[in-house]
Amino acid sequence: MYRIGIDVGGTNTDAAILDQAHNVISSTKYPTTEDIQTGIEQAVRQVLAGTNIDPRNISQAMLGTTQCTNAIVERKKLSKVGLLRLAYPATESVTPYTGWPEDMTEAIEGRYQILHGGFEYDGRVLSEINEEEVKSVLKEWAGKIESLAIVGVFSSLRNDQEYQVAQWAREVLGADFPVSCSTDIGSISLLERENATILNAALDKVIKITTMGFEETLKKENITGAKVFLCQNDGTLMSLEYAKQFPVLTIASGPTNSIRGASFLAGKKEAIVLDVGGTTSDLGVLAEGFPRESSFAVNIGDIRTNFRMPDILSIGLGGGSIVHEKNGEITVGPDSVGYNITSEAKVFGGSTLTATDIAVRVGAADIGDPTLVEDIPLAFAEKVMQKIQTMIEVEVDKMKTSAEDVDLILVGGGAVVVPQTLKGVAHIYNDENAGVANAIGASIAQISGQFEKIYIYSQTPRAESMQDAQENAAKQAELAGAEKGSTELVEIEETPLAYHPENATRIKAKVVGDMKGLVP
Amino acid sequence: MRLLNEEAIENIAIGAAFLGCGGGGDPYIGKMMALSAIKKHGPVTLLSVDEIEEDEVFIPAAMMGAPSVSTEKFPKGDEFQRAFHKMAHYLGVEKITGTFPMEAGGVNSMIPIVVAATEGLPLIDCDGMGRAFPELQMTTFHLGGKTISPTAITDEKGNIGLLETADNQWMERLARVMTVEMGGSAQVSLYPSTGKDLKQYGIQNIVTLSEKIGRIINQRSADLKESLAELLTTIDGKQLFEGKIVDMLRTTEKGFNFGQVKLEGLNEDQHSELVIHFQNENLLAEKDGQYVTMTPDLISIVDMETLVPVTTEALKYGKRVRIIASPSDDKWRTDFGIETVGPRYFGYDVDYRPLEEL
Repeated sequence: MYRIGIDVGGTNTDAAILDQAHNVISSTKYPTTEDIQTGIEQAVRQVLAGTNIDPRNISQAMLGTTQCTNAIVERKKLSKVGLLRLAYPATESVTPYTGWPEDMTEAIEGRYQILHGGFEYDGRVLSEINEEEVKSVLKEWAGKIESLAIVGVFSSLRNDQEYQVAQWAREVLGADFPVSCSTDIGSISLLERENATILNAALDKVIKITTMGFEETLKKENITGAKVFLCQNDGTLMSLEYAKQFPVLTIASGPTNSIRGASFLAGKKEAIVLDVGGTTSDLGVLAEGFPRESSFAVNIGDIRTNFRMPDILSIGLGGGSIVHEKNGEITVGPDSVGYNITSEAKVFGGSTLTATDIAVRVGAADIGDPTLVEDIPLAFAEKVMQKIQTMIEVEVDKMKTSAEDVDLILVGGGAVVVPQTLKGVAHIYNDENAGVANAIGASIAQISGQFEKIYIYSQTPRAESMQDAQENAAKQAELAGAEKGSTELVEIEETPLAYHPENATRIKAKVVGDMKGLVP
Repeated sequence: MRLLNEEAIENIAIGAAFLGCGGGGDPYIGKMMALSAIKKHGPVTLLSVDEIEEDEVFIPAAMMGAPSVSTEKFPKGDEFQRAFHKMAHYLGVEKITGTFPMEAGGVNSMIPIVVAATEGLPLIDCDGMGRAFPELQMTTFHLGGKTISPTAITDEKGNIGLLETADNQWMERLARVMTVEMGGSAQVSLYPSTGKDLKQYGIQNIVTLSEKIGRIINQRSADLKESLAELLTTIDGKQLFEGKIVDMLRTTEKGFNFGQVKLEGLNEDQHSELVIHFQNENLLAEKDGQYVTMTPDLISIVDMETLVPVTTEALKYGKRVRIIASPSDDKWRTDFGIETVGPRYFGYDVDYRPLEEL
């Protein structure tokens, strides 16, 4: 049995096939097409063509895709959203969609109502939700909205109001009407969580098109026996059913896949990953085999959100970065020849001096025609390499969590411009498959399970409660397809609810496990 | 007199966060409130203290409590309308002439702008701290012998408390308890003042100063050194240190963040180490074991490259920052001032020495 991983990036759609022992059997790159779908089809066809694998023997198919990100950035195919904010009388001073780009609010028609509801910071009720009030708004919206978002004050502490309102919404709008609850999506900070929830609701149509398209493609290529998954941005997989509820979680799955793929190729669980592209490079941190999460608000399509995202640092340095010299001072990037490297860079007969040309000149890379860069003075080329080295060293240091030397894993097509030794780096890993690390990351993604419940420690002691939450999370993961006994706790969060009767505490546990039938 | 528009608000928010010395909350939610208010009601009139009459009555507007609560549950918007009305009635005055900020900080620089916009009142260009401090009696009005009473405290639910306390410390204690009961965050109007009080006790032109600082940061030129120099001239300050955060020590006690942040030097400070002691706000800076700045003088932590101020909640390992110090207003540098907000009040066993002498 085999698994296939596909990662749709801005430039290329990569695909890789792995066997049960996690050996890379075949991999390929195909230029990403405007409709995405064609690129996926071509990549799947191409990666299979190089093998004699019967497509029916592929038991898992994983897709990491930028379709949701693109829809937000381009304001296309978005659903019309209605937002209910359960907060009255609080929060009227800043209404929903404040600070949003106008074209985005227009694209989703930006309906909202601030209704009674919400909790205080300690779990007390701020105000009670009102069934009649909720339902009358929904009746008025019926036929005008395509997706509903619900957010409540301190719902990350208590979610009962949001879930009750979701229930009422299904009664009014239909059992299948898409509803996004903020408690499932973001963390504390109302506006940012509200924004993330609205985006999730707006992506309803996009995710349905994406998942259907992927299933069709697989069928077309005779991959008929595979369980199908989408990659989320924490390095784990979701079933298509789950993905349809939480499309926003696919955003930034690309960098996550490349970090996870790098981890797998280098066999390291703690390292910094440097993914060098044509124009920019992304730095991420591997912590216990997963990407470190960002602790700050993240802007998606100019909208401020706070749902979990990998902590990525982008720098304007890549294989196509243009080298300048002004008054003896050398700069590299942020401008780049980008896609056009194969016609504009000197080694390819062009006239623009790029980072890649420099790497070729100093003998660090064998690309294009080295005789075309012989006219570059070697001393100058070495100075440029020195400059690139300093740029990377500073950025690597920014991502570090301690002063000790770290390991660095290089991936991506532009990796040749990175010098062999770097200050603060113990060892540099570079694998022959590094070019398709993201597709490999997609195919080795694990299954996660989450569980959340309010416990009363006077009845169930703390240790027992934590254990119970973890076991239930493991059960969730197994239901989603994880191998029994392979799950590991990756996150546990305790929130005391001081004013809740009997000093209750909310525990949130998250585990990840290996996919059933594919033990590494 | 001049008008504050959206651009001015963007600048004031960031400049006030700089003067907030790590405290005063994240400017984002405050800024959103102010932008919403002027979008709805139009720009706000800013008056200098020279443009007001001695016998007119002014009430400041501020938010009290945990900044993390206000990012989740922010005000309804009419709280101060009710508080101002009750206060005017209680004071027996017909009209509140204007409002002003009590402290410079991400949130509390913005609240009076919201009030000024919604109530159609002018904003007066002065405050009671010139920076941020954690307690209600830590103001230059207190130093001038002005009483904090009566204080109005209110929430979005409609609760209003009008408090008269034995002294200014009692106000801090009682209002703090009410804030917790109101949901961890409340709106307060304190130190009701006359135009004469503002001229005498207020720290002047603080809104304009915040705006200037904010403009330098927001419109940072390509030459960082130039912007930094302009910033230092504007605040009459100096850069204490350039470095990277290598250790954080944090505890929460009675609703306040206590801690230390340790920095390892970079560039010119390569072989030095700097420790900042904070309690919500940055209070002391210690370079290689020697104190280099002490409260009430200002210690601001800014991002190394963007100069954007960093609040104590956002400090984290590995962040590269500049530490900038500037002298506090002379009103603080008296015996009573130092007793109220000097190192010893915050529990540090050291006598205050001005920045210029260290």
